[in-house]
Amino acid sequence: MESNMKDIILNYVIAEYLEDDSETLTYDSPLISGGIVDSFSMVSLKRFLENRYSISIPDDEATPEAFDSVNKICVLVEKFTSK
Amino acid sequence: MSNIISYEERLKNFSWKAAEEELEYKEGNVINIGWYCSDRICNMGKADKTALIWENMAGVERKYSYNDLRLTTNTVGNFLRELGIKNEDRVCLFMDKIPELYIGLLGVLKIGAIAQPLFSAFGDESLFVRLDNAETTAVITQKKHAPKIRKIMNRLPNLKHLIIVDHDPAKPLGPGEVVLDLHTMPWVDELEIFPTKAESPSVLHYTSGTTGQPKGVKHVHYSLISQYLTTKWVLDIQDDDIYWCTADPGWVTGTSYGIIGGFATGATSCVMDVGFSADAWYKFIEKHKVTMWYSAPTAIRSLMKAGADVVKKYKLTSLRHLASVGEPLNSEAVVWSEKVFGKAFHDTYWQTETGSIMICNFPGMKIKPGSMGKPFPGIEACVLDTETFEPLTESGKIGLIGFKPGWPAMMRTYWRNEATYQNKFKNGWYLPGDRSSIDNEGYYWFVGRDDDVINTGGHLVSPFEVESALLENEMVAESAVVSKPDDINMEVVKAFVTLNPGFEGNKDTELIIMNFIRKKLSPLAMPQEIEFVPNLPKTRSGKIMRRILKAKEWGEEIGDTSTLEDD
Repeated sequence: MESNMKDIILNYVIAEYLEDDSETLTYDSPLISGGIVDSFSMVSLKRFLENRYSISIPDDEATPEAFDSVNKICVLVEKFTSK
Repeated sequence: MSNIISYEERLKNFSWKAAEEELEYKEGNVINIGWYCSDRICNMGKADKTALIWENMAGVERKYSYNDLRLTTNTVGNFLRELGIKNEDRVCLFMDKIPELYIGLLGVLKIGAIAQPLFSAFGDESLFVRLDNAETTAVITQKKHAPKIRKIMNRLPNLKHLIIVDHDPAKPLGPGEVVLDLHTMPWVDELEIFPTKAESPSVLHYTSGTTGQPKGVKHVHYSLISQYLTTKWVLDIQDDDIYWCTADPGWVTGTSYGIIGGFATGATSCVMDVGFSADAWYKFIEKHKVTMWYSAPTAIRSLMKAGADVVKKYKLTSLRHLASVGEPLNSEAVVWSEKVFGKAFHDTYWQTETGSIMICNFPGMKIKPGSMGKPFPGIEACVLDTETFEPLTESGKIGLIGFKPGWPAMMRTYWRNEATYQNKFKNGWYLPGDRSSIDNEGYYWFVGRDDDVINTGGHLVSPFEVESALLENEMVAESAVVSKPDDINMEVVKAFVTLNPGFEGNKDTELIIMNFIRKKLSPLAMPQEIEFVPNLPKTRSGKIMRRILKAKEWGEEIGDTSTLEDD
């Protein structure tokens, strides 16, 4: 289940935000600090997670640090799906 | 001691000739920004001084001396000239904050061509309207952004060259594509600088208005005079400064002060090509011992949100002077920076059209947190009555900011849109479109925009442009785009949308439309919220009443609704 979530999120980020086809992304690639997802686009990524996993992520938890890699995003999502 | 020494003294007998003399420029002479930012500094005996320190996310660092800057800008200029680029041709720079962007802009200017920087996050439609309007001849870009240009190139008959700075040799080039790789090609020592004069066009920046397509703001090489002097007196750049302007040169601050001001004064400039993270920013300041930091309220508020504890992890004692631009700097941010850095951020006010800082808090001046400060010497400013356009004399009264035209960096026109340019003047004053008051000590206090343009994170977004793009989505029947308050970005884009039959307004629809706008226009223009409504408020003549929707978002009085159509 966990790896499935990782792959779903990773594939979504690649499809929606990665401009350079030759660039490879891993679960630990820096998304926000790496400039792949900017602070404005973070809102659409948050919305995707909320829709996909039927959760609500409070704004104060949706920080650049919490969204900075697929692995970190999974930790955040699991925090709310397990509630 | 600060460069300005005393604001009051500088006001007396001020003349822009002070800058002309420092730059050894005489009326009628050649003035070329590209040369002033590189060759001239070398001629002053600073060829070996570091001009640019660049660092990316992976920690890769590159340094360029002023002689490197001279050689690389020569190389770009020579390359473009050999391609057939002539003076006043428009050359777009469409790159992330990589050294080739900074070098490329100066190289374009050296051959008298017009530099057209565009924000690298722009989507293909935003790019198209700007390249089409400018009739751009060439685009310099990275391989990662090239697909966006390829997608629209066949609709741009004037676009002859797609120049890629980091092309992978294993991959084929398309028609009109060439490689400009500064890492592998020999640098050019001698370049004949095009003899641009004061009124020769230099930079074409695009900015958004309430209605119509984005406007190309035409600047000239004489703008250097204002940019140089404001960099010295407001940003207080001194010879041993390590200067970090966080702005992207896709926007005017990144060009006027991230490139021209810093290099023309011979400072060492730092660039970090990394997305926002409080740790990364503080680490960068500590590592490079940044002394002068010019940033934006959105970034400052994001740092505030990250908290004071993260500041304590880094040694930031190198910081000597801090300034801010892009949108009003709230008083809390000024107080916070004094507390955590021991220095207050000095707010500065100006816009794409003014080309250089107009109203600001000078080094040494008493800062009133939340105030824009006072006009730069040589800038005649006032607040005008909204009906008569006569200057208001009563302190505290709100009116339109007005500037008497004539400062060197003032835009010369909107590209092929002289009528709109002329409309920016009333009663002999240039109107930047903002409202303000002046207190009894001459400090200006920002009130807000005088139109519907959305200032999000310091960048202007046209509601018209977003609404037009929304209509291109098959689901959208009608839309109204307004601003809504935001703690970090001051305001963000919100769209009210009615859907075509057969589509349902739900969370998935919202996400599809958000991503549609993000890719078509830019992340800045993407509505951060979409509210699906059965219909939009309109006048009896059918005009959508944005102000009603905006007033609701801001919790303000709706005002006169007598022209509202009946349900």
